[in-house]
Amino acid sequence: MSIMINKNTKVITQGITGATGLFHAQGAREYGTLMVGGVTPGKGGTTIDGFPVYDTVQDAVYQTGATASVIYVPPPFAADSIMEAVDAGIELVCCITEGIPVLDMVKVKQYMKGKKTRLVGPNCPGVITPGECKIGIMPGYIHKPGKVGVVSRSGTLTYEAVWQLTCLGLGQSSCVGIGGDPVNGTNHLDVLRLFEADPDTEAVIMIGEIGGTSEEEGAYFVKEHMTKPVAAYIAGVTAPPGKRMGHAGAIISGGKGTATEKVSVLRECGISVADSPAEMAQALLKIYKP
Amino acid sequence: MNIHEYQAKAILREFGVPVPDGHVCYNGASAREWAKRLGEGPWVVKAQIHAGGRGKGGGVKLARSSSEVQLIARDMLGMTLRTHQTGPDGKLVTRVLVENGCNIANELYVSLVVDRGSSKVTVMASTEGGMDIEEVAAKTPHKIFTETIDPLVGLTAFQCRKIAFSLGLGGKLVGKAVAVLQGLYKTFIACDCSMLEINPLVVTAEDELLALDAKFGFDDNAVFRHPKLSDMRDYDEEDANEVEASQHDLSYISLSGNIGCLVNGAGLAMATMDIIKHYGGDPANFLDVGGGATIERVTEAFKLILSDRNVQGILVNIFGGIMKCDIIATGVVEAAKQVSLQVPLVVRLEGTNVARGKEILAESGLNIVAADGMADAAQKIVQAVKGANQ
Repeated sequence: MSIMINKNTKVITQGITGATGLFHAQGAREYGTLMVGGVTPGKGGTTIDGFPVYDTVQDAVYQTGATASVIYVPPPFAADSIMEAVDAGIELVCCITEGIPVLDMVKVKQYMKGKKTRLVGPNCPGVITPGECKIGIMPGYIHKPGKVGVVSRSGTLTYEAVWQLTCLGLGQSSCVGIGGDPVNGTNHLDVLRLFEADPDTEAVIMIGEIGGTSEEEGAYFVKEHMTKPVAAYIAGVTAPPGKRMGHAGAIISGGKGTATEKVSVLRECGISVADSPAEMAQALLKIYKP
Repeated sequence: MNIHEYQAKAILREFGVPVPDGHVCYNGASAREWAKRLGEGPWVVKAQIHAGGRGKGGGVKLARSSSEVQLIARDMLGMTLRTHQTGPDGKLVTRVLVENGCNIANELYVSLVVDRGSSKVTVMASTEGGMDIEEVAAKTPHKIFTETIDPLVGLTAFQCRKIAFSLGLGGKLVGKAVAVLQGLYKTFIACDCSMLEINPLVVTAEDELLALDAKFGFDDNAVFRHPKLSDMRDYDEEDANEVEASQHDLSYISLSGNIGCLVNGAGLAMATMDIIKHYGGDPANFLDVGGGATIERVTEAFKLILSDRNVQGILVNIFGGIMKCDIIATGVVEAAKQVSLQVPLVVRLEGTNVARGKEILAESGLNIVAADGMADAAQKIVQAVKGANQ
């Protein structure tokens, strides 16, 4: 009942000896995720709070059989960490780090061409399959296992949507935060495609914001190929043009990427768009009977 | 981050991109001196502000003699320049660029941006130099030529030649265009730009290429590796509150409404502004306190919001995931006391320990309205502000 990750996914933490990395590795372990160790160059052979530490991702993969990694490495070094994970054959890399220079990400994307790794993020909360596996910084308890998939560029707005669903008794199959950066690994379209193919996802909530065209590309996929109901919310109707709204990618440039424009494309593609962020779950219930 | 035109041209010169000879001046006398040193004239005097459309607003003027340079510079310095990009308040001119004029035969447009669709740097060029590129894209898109750059090999000579031929350049100008375009790409990469625009790139009567204006946008995420560029930052050109916010690691954008917002997370912060508008209110700002909403940060955030005199009420919207609501509530109460809050405050808390958080707010003795959910919170603050105005 999920995409990307499940209860058998073995996860390593890159940057595990940093305060943030360790804190969230512990949180994920408590949630029940198979957190099998971590990587910090120069600290290989030691352990931290029961997690074995390795010098390289390659070594960690060889020793633990991990297929997923989560990155908490500081921004100047994070792009290198992503490429190290790709090189080691990791299937899923979730990069939580915020503030990676965009030209570093341009190189990473080119480096990943032809490789099997999927990158989620950077600047994202991660991925969770409720009740099975949590990779990232989202609070586990707000989630509930179920049939609704959630994909979003924003962290707290994802929690908002998840909480609305959970309060209505609607569980989630998987929730994916794709991140707020202009150049990232996975976009709305990629995740929608996975949800469509997942037999245990019945409906999807897609959350977007100003800037770029990821939401529109997702919407065209919904129109052409998706059989499952999709609801959406787009943040930033009131955002002024030319200003970066927190996320590096949340900017209206050259009059492009406005929320109004996105909402109209989404509606044309048959998506139920919520007028207010308080109504994301209700917008889904308008077109989906659980 | 943005920089002034004279700074942009200095960077371009460093990377071998031809620009007119010129110098920045802070008073009329030095403008005259520099004009004489630069050459025979005519000269152009250009007001240095971080906004486009200066020509129409009287910020770019031609001078035939060095004494005319002095007069123009003296008039321009201290004037408030209003263009379509400055907003109604305009920008105070404190420095001018004096540079040699040139004989323009043709005006072209060139820019480089990080293209989100391809995740690569793209060169855009057009024959319509001097015009707003968005306008060209809307009206005559066939006049825009693009090349996507492979990050591993960079901008190749053949790509530059394709652009040059598309722009109608021939003879020796093709080779010169290749050098200019590759110089621009080198600059873009070396400075971690998010945008670099030359508008216009002129062909002179002497068959030379010159970058007559230059606009840089830098990637804020990469500023850490360019200390020299940070030194070029002109704080006078930025919103004072936004500068203050960045010093406290708060993400803040001021808007024109009267309801201040304090939120954790960029997406939720935007959504909070939207829902205020949805219920008939008007947000005064975007403010993301980030993941660690400590008492200090919340206090700084409150001070920032209240320094905007338009603010008549504040909405705090926190989805406490990792952060516990009782800690946030304590922070909000402390902050409200420290700034002796006078305007209505509505707080919406959700997440871990939310019941205890609400108790703390209720026990504080402060006039804090607790809200359940975003819709309730937005309605309550909109009502409170409207009520105060009646």
